[in-house]
Amino acid sequence: MIESRKLALANFWVAISAFAIAAGMAVMQALSRANLDLPWRTAKMYYLSVTAHGVLMALIFTTFFIMGFGYVVAERALGRPIAQRKLAWGSFYVALLGTVLVAWAILWNKATVLYTFYPPLKAHPAFYIGAALLVIGSWGWCWVMVRSYILWKQANPEARTPLPVHGYLATIIVWILATVGVAAEVVLLLIPWSLGITERIDPILARILFWWFGHPLVYFWLLPAYVIWYTVTPRVAGGKLFSDPLARLVFVLFIVLSTPVGFHHQFLDPGVRAGWKLFHAFNTQWILFPSLLTAFTVIASFEIAGRLKGARGYLDWLEELPWGDPAFSSVALAMIIFAVGGFGGAINASYGMNAMIHNTAWVQGHFHLTVGTATALTFMGAAYWLMPKLLDRELELSLLARIQPYLWFGGMLLFSVANHLTGLKGMPRRIYQFDYGGSEVADQWMGGTGISALGGVFLFVSALCFVAVMFGTGLAGKRAPQADIEFAEPLEEPGSKARILDRMGLWVVVAVALVAAAYAYPIIQHLATERFGARGVPVF
Amino acid sequence: MNVDFYEKIWMWAAAGIIIVFLVSIGATFVGQAIQPPSHVEMIDPDNVRTDAEFGQPGVTIHEDGSATVVVQAFMFAFLPNEIRVPRGRPVTFRLTSPDVIHGFQIVQTNGNTMVVPGYVSQFTTTFSRAGEYLVVCNEYCGLGHHVMSAKLIVEEFPTSTEAGMGGGR
Repeated sequence: MIESRKLALANFWVAISAFAIAAGMAVMQALSRANLDLPWRTAKMYYLSVTAHGVLMALIFTTFFIMGFGYVVAERALGRPIAQRKLAWGSFYVALLGTVLVAWAILWNKATVLYTFYPPLKAHPAFYIGAALLVIGSWGWCWVMVRSYILWKQANPEARTPLPVHGYLATIIVWILATVGVAAEVVLLLIPWSLGITERIDPILARILFWWFGHPLVYFWLLPAYVIWYTVTPRVAGGKLFSDPLARLVFVLFIVLSTPVGFHHQFLDPGVRAGWKLFHAFNTQWILFPSLLTAFTVIASFEIAGRLKGARGYLDWLEELPWGDPAFSSVALAMIIFAVGGFGGAINASYGMNAMIHNTAWVQGHFHLTVGTATALTFMGAAYWLMPKLLDRELELSLLARIQPYLWFGGMLLFSVANHLTGLKGMPRRIYQFDYGGSEVADQWMGGTGISALGGVFLFVSALCFVAVMFGTGLAGKRAPQADIEFAEPLEEPGSKARILDRMGLWVVVAVALVAAAYAYPIIQHLATERFGARGVPVF
Repeated sequence: MNVDFYEKIWMWAAAGIIIVFLVSIGATFVGQAIQPPSHVEMIDPDNVRTDAEFGQPGVTIHEDGSATVVVQAFMFAFLPNEIRVPRGRPVTFRLTSPDVIHGFQIVQTNGNTMVVPGYVSQFTTTFSRAGEYLVVCNEYCGLGHHVMSAKLIVEEFPTSTEAGMGGGR
């Protein structure tokens, strides 16, 4: 039993609760978009639930899960208790307070500004203050993790950083680089403006700062999933990690490439110069590279597992993999979905094609493949693996756990393919209904939204299964000693190969230089231009 | 660092794919001047409704058949809400908002821009197909977001209305 289990569990239960509420919001939206007349279906409820679903899933579920899993990684992979336990608990409560403030503001209909909260849509100050507290809490977590690593390093100066810790350090660096942007937006622009201290706000400056954060945010979601793919799943599958140094290279590439790319979310914004958009567009394409490497290494690790179990042919190793174990099937299915999502991302990042799909249903189709499956389904798989070990209980309702990843996979394919296609036909994202005065063009979207709603129902049933298994295990799982938490071994120990990949300080310097190259000049240029702020409208 | 032979091939192939992507973006940038859409021009959102240009939004057809379309996007409509432009001629859209951020998306075309208070959005396009197009707001702007739309009609030049007037107005 690990010492930080209570800390990890506290984080996980917040994550799972946020997930449960957000899943309920999601199914309402999917059905509403198919124009089904449901009870309480009003525009106000629809947009409120879009806001709640986005914030609870993308910001609360992910962040708390990542923090909880981080403590487990730090303690188990470094083989010593985490540093600064009091700070760790304090950070948890700060983040929780932030979550409560944000949830109150949204659910009491004071912050229907969607999870992108673009001003001059104006929410209650509690929404912005809550968001700031969530970020401050996460910074506390970052320090606990980094401090734990430093203490370990001092005691083991010659040892290689354990791979899961290496991946988590990359996650933390990406998160800190990213949150500088959003902290500046929230603290300098949004909070004073929402409190009435400042009268006007510059919406483009806010969007620049938001997307400075918003794109590396997706790697904050993705990197812990990669830590699981590289260091947990090969072992769950019964194999070994194919290549340790390449995994380290992947994490380092994400540190360097994650942030100087945000303008690809602003291709269609006025007020941002074309040259900077082009620069960020070029940077963005390179982010495909580490993910393509990951696909090879992780699939090769699965092949090792199949061969260790006796497979000899070209593809029969696939049959030997534990497809009935949800800790494995979740990740394998998440990887298949992510392959599709990655290529969609390359399309979004190409400004010529982006103009066709910007702010259409295509976009929600896209990110439900990436964060909504590559990340979320991987986290669910990790929960099936980890929660019994933390609770010392057997997984309850294990049949539901076995079918859950497949339901998610099938539901997501229906949902996402339908949304990609209706997006190409021009349906905007985030709309309550689409009659548009009896428009014939809008009529063509009907079939797609129906399929998307069906997918939404599958996903909801899958989410219910996951939540039932988690709470069932926590409350009623049979108490029994569980196997230890252990990470996958590499085929070959890294030894002293490519030690430079462990030198995080160096990579931070490179990353900061790139962020400065991508943002310093455009922001200074923007601030030097005469601008007129907008006043702000509470629209709900 | 020893990299497995097959993984080396994969790495080069992955880099190759990305280079193909970059070269295609670069080639259209240099060869066809396809740039990221952009326009930097400020306007005080408080003055939009009294502005000489945006206070009287509408379509101007120029001598050569090209057109300028000035649009005000606000909660929850576009003004004008029926836009007539010539087929096969360059049409320049100029848009701004007096209140919150909106989108202006000409459905099933790549005519698409954000409309941001304090800024003027501008893009030029040519419609090759005559007919009626749906224009929608694609950025959440409040509880009436889903009704915010307009009609764009692309017709042959000279248009029936313009022909009698000798163009321009």
